[in-house]
Amino acid sequence: MSGDLSLLAVDRLCAGWSRSGGPVVGPVSFAVQGGEILGLAGPNGAGKSTLLAAISGAAQVFSGGVTLAPGARLALQMQQTPELSGIPLSGSELLRLTGAPATGLPPYLQRRLFERLDRLSGGQRQCLHLWACLDAPGEVVLLDEPTNNLDPAGVEFLATALRQRAAQGAAIVLVSHDGEFLAAVCHRIERLG
Amino acid sequence: MNFELLFDPLFARPFAIGLVFAALLPLLGCYLRLREEWLAALALAQMAAAGALLSLLTSLPLMAGGLAGAFAAVALKYAYEGGQRHRQGAAYALLLLIGWGISVLLVSNLPLADRVGHALFDGQLYFTEVPHLVAAVACAAMVAGGLWRLSPRLLTAHFFPDFFRSRGGSAKRIGLLFDVLVAATLALATMSIGVMSAFALIFVPPWLAFRQAQSWRGAQMRAVTLGVMAYTLAFVLALMLDQPFGPLLVLVLAAAGLSVAFWQRLHDSPRA
Repeated sequence: MSGDLSLLAVDRLCAGWSRSGGPVVGPVSFAVQGGEILGLAGPNGAGKSTLLAAISGAAQVFSGGVTLAPGARLALQMQQTPELSGIPLSGSELLRLTGAPATGLPPYLQRRLFERLDRLSGGQRQCLHLWACLDAPGEVVLLDEPTNNLDPAGVEFLATALRQRAAQGAAIVLVSHDGEFLAAVCHRIERLG
Repeated sequence: MNFELLFDPLFARPFAIGLVFAALLPLLGCYLRLREEWLAALALAQMAAAGALLSLLTSLPLMAGGLAGAFAAVALKYAYEGGQRHRQGAAYALLLLIGWGISVLLVSNLPLADRVGHALFDGQLYFTEVPHLVAAVACAAMVAGGLWRLSPRLLTAHFFPDFFRSRGGSAKRIGLLFDVLVAATLALATMSIGVMSAFALIFVPPWLAFRQAQSWRGAQMRAVTLGVMAYTLAFVLALMLDQPFGPLLVLVLAAAGLSVAFWQRLHDSPRA
């Protein structure tokens, strides 16, 4: 545990989805400081996504605890993004919801910000969703399998965006099955399961 | 055809009352469509009508009975399903059936309910009075203020549920507040323009707007414009042809819906 400098500290956390189902992950302990990118790796079913959900308050905490630095704001993006088919929402409206600026997006997305999201490819929508969460005003960012649906250019863009966000002082926790990606962008990797 | 009726001051108040709801209902309908809860509109309108008819058995005014019926529907839905989203279809279908059953029984057994029931289901726009106008204006202020606060939260809770929760937001609380707003608006609209007119205004304009608009704001503007245009056309047709307003509005909106859907089927790839 890194003590006072940590923006997020997880202490012997055991978590799951229901009281009857019992914990599916833990005990897990780690701390993340501002400017640091922590990767969470592990096989399917190790409880990586459950851990992020528990940190955000969506999953049941059985024991242990989560401490967020005073005043620190959390931004979480899980794997599943909502269905957008048939919904008239533009990219710029999507970004406005989280307060993320459009500056910094790749040119091919900047050009399509005023189009309906259901006219974009799955990868482009994923990129916008990630950006909306990653660049929203906040200090702690949690991303679950962010490379899903992204092509190599999208993965490269994401890696650059993560490094820039960390350089601005954010603490970032990434869950991914993509060990190569984690190794390329994370300062530390914790293995679960 | 009687063109002079169009400029008769007697019809100015009914027109103004209907116009308010012709703008409010499509606006709320956009959020209901986003939340896949458009069936709620029919269920709440039906329950409002049942509540108004039930008020005949007590000393409550019709409008209070309608509001009570719609709020009871929201309470029953939350009690039945715990306010969980994406599981509301069954609750609204049941409420629709309950509202219809109560209404038909009352209409069959109470002579006064027969007349009021016809007015509620056909629309009694021409017989609206000053309290209806006051209620419509108050409702407009409530929807404007309510959506100004709720809209960003409803959209964030929908498109970024995890982000919304991680920032301390409660989708359940926001959903309940929105349901109450919709229930009040639909109850008051049902008292003025009738069950099916209210449902048509909340369902058809957003359905068409969602197919064509490039943005959320654009869809809202299109839906309101369509609602107001269809309402105005139906009002004029009803006066000129001496026909009941409610069925004409429903048919104008249905014709607009079918025309646009057919046009898009011919020229574009269809979307949901």
